[in-house]
Amino acid sequence: MMTATEAPLKRLTKADFESGQEVRWCPGCGDYAVLASVQKVMPDLNIPRENIVFVSGIGCSGRFPYYMNTYGFHTIHGRAPAVATGLKIARPELSVWIVTGDGDALSIGGNHFIHILRRNLDVNILLLNNRIYGLTKGQYSPTSEQGKITNTTPLGALDRPLNPISIALASEATFVARALDIDAKGLQAVLKAAAAHKGTSFVEIYQNCNIFNDAAFASITDRATREDRTITLEHGKPLIFGKNRDRGIRLKGLQPEVVTLGNGISEADLICFDAENADQTMAYLLSRLDYPAFPVPLGVFRSVKKPCYEELFNVRNPKKKSNSEDLDKILKTGQTWVVE
Amino acid sequence: MSALTNTSPSPTSSKVTELETVVIRFAGDSGDGMQITGTQFTNTSALVGNDVHTFADFPAEIRAPAGTLPGVSGFQLTFSSHEVHTPGDYLQTLVAMNPAALKVNLQDLEENGLLLVNSNAFEEKELKKAGYTENPLTTDELNKYRVFALPFTELTLNAVKTTGLSHSQATKCKNFFALGVVFWLYSRPVEQTLVWLKNKFKKHPEIGEANCLALQAGFNYALTTELFTEHYLVKKAKLQPGHYRQITGNEALGLGCLAVAIKAQQPMLLSGYPITPASSILQQLAKYEEFGIKVFQAEDEIAALCAAIGAAYGGSLALTSTSGPGFDLKSEAMGLAVITELPLVIINVQRAGPSTGMPTKTEQADLLTAMYGRHGECPIPILAPASPGDCFAIMVEAFRIALKYMTPVIVLSDGALATGAEPWLIPNFDSLPELTPTFHQNPEGFSPYARNPDTLARLWAIPGTPGLEHRIGGLEKDSQSGYVSYDPDNHQKMVNIRAQKVQGISADLPPLEILGNSTGKILVIGWGSTYGTILTAVEELQALGKAVSAVHLRYLFPFQNELGSLLKQFDKILVPELNLGQLSKLLRAEFLVDAISFSKITGKPFLVKEIRERILELL
Repeated sequence: MMTATEAPLKRLTKADFESGQEVRWCPGCGDYAVLASVQKVMPDLNIPRENIVFVSGIGCSGRFPYYMNTYGFHTIHGRAPAVATGLKIARPELSVWIVTGDGDALSIGGNHFIHILRRNLDVNILLLNNRIYGLTKGQYSPTSEQGKITNTTPLGALDRPLNPISIALASEATFVARALDIDAKGLQAVLKAAAAHKGTSFVEIYQNCNIFNDAAFASITDRATREDRTITLEHGKPLIFGKNRDRGIRLKGLQPEVVTLGNGISEADLICFDAENADQTMAYLLSRLDYPAFPVPLGVFRSVKKPCYEELFNVRNPKKKSNSEDLDKILKTGQTWVVE
Repeated sequence: MSALTNTSPSPTSSKVTELETVVIRFAGDSGDGMQITGTQFTNTSALVGNDVHTFADFPAEIRAPAGTLPGVSGFQLTFSSHEVHTPGDYLQTLVAMNPAALKVNLQDLEENGLLLVNSNAFEEKELKKAGYTENPLTTDELNKYRVFALPFTELTLNAVKTTGLSHSQATKCKNFFALGVVFWLYSRPVEQTLVWLKNKFKKHPEIGEANCLALQAGFNYALTTELFTEHYLVKKAKLQPGHYRQITGNEALGLGCLAVAIKAQQPMLLSGYPITPASSILQQLAKYEEFGIKVFQAEDEIAALCAAIGAAYGGSLALTSTSGPGFDLKSEAMGLAVITELPLVIINVQRAGPSTGMPTKTEQADLLTAMYGRHGECPIPILAPASPGDCFAIMVEAFRIALKYMTPVIVLSDGALATGAEPWLIPNFDSLPELTPTFHQNPEGFSPYARNPDTLARLWAIPGTPGLEHRIGGLEKDSQSGYVSYDPDNHQKMVNIRAQKVQGISADLPPLEILGNSTGKILVIGWGSTYGTILTAVEELQALGKAVSAVHLRYLFPFQNELGSLLKQFDKILVPELNLGQLSKLLRAEFLVDAISFSKITGKPFLVKEIRERILELL
């Protein structure tokens, strides 16, 4: 019963992944763009729709599964990774997508978040980071900047923000990436890479909440300046950015610095990015780069091959045929006696 | 010394007295191996045909400071030539391996009872740690007991000298010397334990050998020194014919799960987080991976239940095991399982609370939290095993209900059942109910909340089934389309359906078993591990012609249908519980009956005497 029937793979389209339920995010919300990109990418994965499951927690991101015409489970606050873990252990053949937010994943669900990453289940995690609690109408979140004025912090937030990429790397994540909601091309490329990765794929998506935290990422997402303020990580290539592709990042000791190419500085002086490095030190260092001192890195920070949890789990436990005699034998193990 | 030889000694002049029932407690420091000693005595007693019942009482600390009162570990058992249902109220024999063990346990020894102490441990430092200013062995404090102060440590060291073990290793064998003495005292053979020791210490044969020597030396010492002027015989009990084994409650819960997995021919996920006294269920089931049972140790209690929910959503048999603190943490996820109507089992092996409470001590104080401890109208069926062996049957029953009604089910065990042991008639596979789940396949007219009109169970439509793609979750859903719904009438309808579905299970339960007449002066109602004690007290009073009956509830929610009318047939309803009266509150609320609560909350089980006297007061 556990194996899905081999459906004839008719070519699906984006429309096949639209559930028809009315989408209820605020008009102008960045979630619409993310949903559209996910629906767009799905047909390219060549996975029968019935084998795809979207699992979410609570928050605006939690509504995501309702809009996908796949199997979907809207769980409770912060626990989507735990529910998805049980599902994936039970049904390794399913393609499982977790959609979460900054509060859901990093505050109430922080424990599950780090543990699913270290286990390396073959699932995909999309963290829609808008740096605010939106569904509860505008309280500061674990990624809100220090000093942020919100309705629970009228004098400014005291907490220092968490960096989701840094946490993912510290949690032994095997695939770590970042994308922007409005950059459909970049986002879709990252989503495809995430889907292709065997193991837990973590994707942070900068997502604009136009109601409670509008323009939180405007300084880097504006088309006019985006190329100067972001840098797209490309495996095996030097770290170059800028509208004119004339700037790069090099290391001075353990400190990265932005340099302009020319005047004796060549591409060979720049960091040559290796996403497949077993050691995550460089990926971590890049995760710390932020605007305005540095361009914000986008794309895949890390992509390394490690065994998946559910594979190890199931290889270790091959199910043998079992019957009443097996049970009887176990029940009668050890000291037993017969009363006549 | 002749005790060190293995040659058959000559018979002693000690006379043999036949006894019906004996209660023994082995007590010592938590590092003295008292649980093993007691278990070996229990197993041998069961093998020679006695009925037995045990109670383990040990500290939460792995090694509480040696020699102190909190570090005392005890193992009590009753063995008898007739059926017994409790570990016994008072002791006929107490074995105390140090002064602290004597101090903690002496109050439970009957007058003129046998007291065996390790005299080597009664030196100044140990006495001081136990709070004795004078050595009780040299004062008249113990005059009302038959005291045998034997140098267990010294005799053991002599007995194992040939093995070349270090002093400290050799000293550790003294529990088996003491066991040997008690084996002789009650005319039991040492052979079973010798075999067990050899097997247990396969990797350290010299330690196994030393313990064997100590055991035999103890036996021979008692035999040849003519220390005891009499020794005892407890004949075989008349038990229901069949194949038996010893079983603890937690073992039975685990084996029940195994039986379910084999009967249902479905994979099973047990997801848990280590917690006393439930951890051994995880440990045990981890051994049965080849039967498709996967054990997942989650990062916390919440994740443990959430992973079980995920597995159930995927079509697995799923359960989680925990105790009070973990049960609290799982509350919100239980609500998710209720609103998504997924089948799974939540085991709560109750311990003394609130908060961390007393982790190794027993209590029945989580009934109301199981009933009401979640926000919203959130009904979950609750079952409670009555004895260690009954844990097997209750586990099978919990899955039967979960699968048939698409609902989470709570099993309330407790610390006394978890570690208490009794002989268990091994059930026949064919006696298990049908457990094969049905997964919906047909996309035509599919709705995730379409229901079986008889059970009100919704369809189990698992991912991977073409054409059934749908979304479930914690938000209220439309009863027809399964879409998110805030419609007032729909919410009323869905709340009612979930309540009716669970209430409807009452029509699918076995009839109440009444001990005694179905009318009378007093009806005693219990649940959980108090079963044996209540049964024993009520049977004793019935034998005296008292108009008292008892029912023991294995189904706490919903109740069995005939309970309400039964209550009306008695003048008084007495409800003994190891809490402040939780079942009695439910009975009062449900049936408008003046149920009298009899509460005890010491971390220890009721004594038969306590129940008997309370009933007599009310008669």
